[in-house]
Amino acid sequence: MLDTLTQSDLFLTILGTSRDVIPIILILLGFQFLVIRRRVTNLKRIIIGFIYVLIGLSLFLLGLEKALFPLGKVMAEQLTDPVFIIGSQATDATRLHWSDYGWVYLFAFAVGFSTTIAEPSLIAVAIKASEVSAGAISVWGLRIAVALGVAIGITLGVYRIVVGAPIHYFIISGYIVVVIQTFFAPKTITALAYDSGGVTTSTVTVPLVAALGLGLAETIPGRSPLIDGFGLIAFASLFPIMTVMGYAQLVQWVTTRRRRQSDNNGQDTQADTPSMEQR
Amino acid sequence: MKKNILAFLRITLGSLRDLAPVVILVLFFQLAVLQQPLPNAGELALGLLLVVLGLTFFIFGLEMGLFPIGESMAYSLAKKGSLLWLILFAFALGFGTTIAEPALIAVSGEAAAVAAAAGFIESSQQAQADYSQGLRLTVAVSVGIGIVIGVVRILKGWPIHLMIAGGYVLVVIMTAIAPQEIIGIAYDSGGVTTSTITVPLVTALGVGLASSIKGRNPLIDGFGLIAFASLTPMIFVMVYGTLI
Repeated sequence: MLDTLTQSDLFLTILGTSRDVIPIILILLGFQFLVIRRRVTNLKRIIIGFIYVLIGLSLFLLGLEKALFPLGKVMAEQLTDPVFIIGSQATDATRLHWSDYGWVYLFAFAVGFSTTIAEPSLIAVAIKASEVSAGAISVWGLRIAVALGVAIGITLGVYRIVVGAPIHYFIISGYIVVVIQTFFAPKTITALAYDSGGVTTSTVTVPLVAALGLGLAETIPGRSPLIDGFGLIAFASLFPIMTVMGYAQLVQWVTTRRRRQSDNNGQDTQADTPSMEQR
Repeated sequence: MKKNILAFLRITLGSLRDLAPVVILVLFFQLAVLQQPLPNAGELALGLLLVVLGLTFFIFGLEMGLFPIGESMAYSLAKKGSLLWLILFAFALGFGTTIAEPALIAVSGEAAAVAAAAGFIESSQQAQADYSQGLRLTVAVSVGIGIVIGVVRILKGWPIHLMIAGGYVLVVIMTAIAPQEIIGIAYDSGGVTTSTITVPLVTALGVGLASSIKGRNPLIDGFGLIAFASLTPMIFVMVYGTLI
């Protein structure tokens, strides 16, 4: 087992990660020393932190590439294989109905949910949001809301590839829902919800989801992998916006209800402002 | 020191919990649905161990390095009071982190193949390389512009939902104009641009800016930079696909 994971693998991954980080470090250093020209407090601690991030990301990617991605890709291929979907007797995929893809939808949902929970950049944003909102937005609440959004988005995206509908109808309807929902959701969540669309799809989700989309587009007759294989990520970035706003609406509704109940019990009749708005 | 070790252990436990859904998913589909044995169980276990360790180190370093530097630079640049430097910084951060993004390199390569298959460009190697290079530049510039728009919004306190809705309208208009084949790629390019290191840094920048300006709420005004950085590439990539 160790011969497959050689030192050179580790070295190459660290090199690759460093290449991504170097432009960022150059920009930070350039501005720090040429424009700001002031000492950074805790410089040593920050450098150690950067090294941890570098090591962490390298190990993370190495582990994913060695273990999870190959398996995930093979699974996506097997699940989208017509032989698996129809059973062993026939291989004529043209007669398949969209409802024959049950396991594929479940797989898409589960991949979307579980990879988003493990997504490092979402963890970062959730920590910051919880800090800034003084705990009103909980780290886990946000992460689960986003993960559900990605799961729903990818499932719907898979359905689109199966039936072959044009992508822009789905995305534009999604936009309309987002714009309408913005009017009803608490104002404090809007910016964070819009952000959560972009953060969901980076390291973990993209390779697995891309394999799923390409596998499907290759299997289903009449789909071109080049054209129909794309678009899953767009779904995965749109639906978290809705679920995060939905999450905020739910929190607001629960706190309002709870306050109303305690108001009925006591004489205290303060205005029904939910706790998220107060902060 | 002891406190650090305790914190590290706590984060390790958290990472284990974060990865549990993935492990359950893999085991369930492999054993129950596809009914196949696990290939290379030992390698799988080793890979998972690396992932847990990696996630732990990442989160540990996040709070030590990435968040503080992002916020301190936002404070310093805001205190300096020079709008030009702040905008330059925002653009450099968006452009510099996107141009090297591996996911973008992969997507733009595939996009060139699509364009060649659809007959927009010659199918020669050179034409495809030029096309994907141009696409990468387009996306990187648009992410830079997106973050600049977001920073200016924080400074001016403009309402985000009107701006995003306006962006959506532009996306819809461009969808009607742009060639069909580019639409899927354009929509995807919004999602792939923001990498794991960019997101925490940009988030810290926004929150730092919003908390250093009087009258701005870090929750309402500090977020939203990534939203712009994922919206502008969609518009610009469709423009690119239409022009070429």
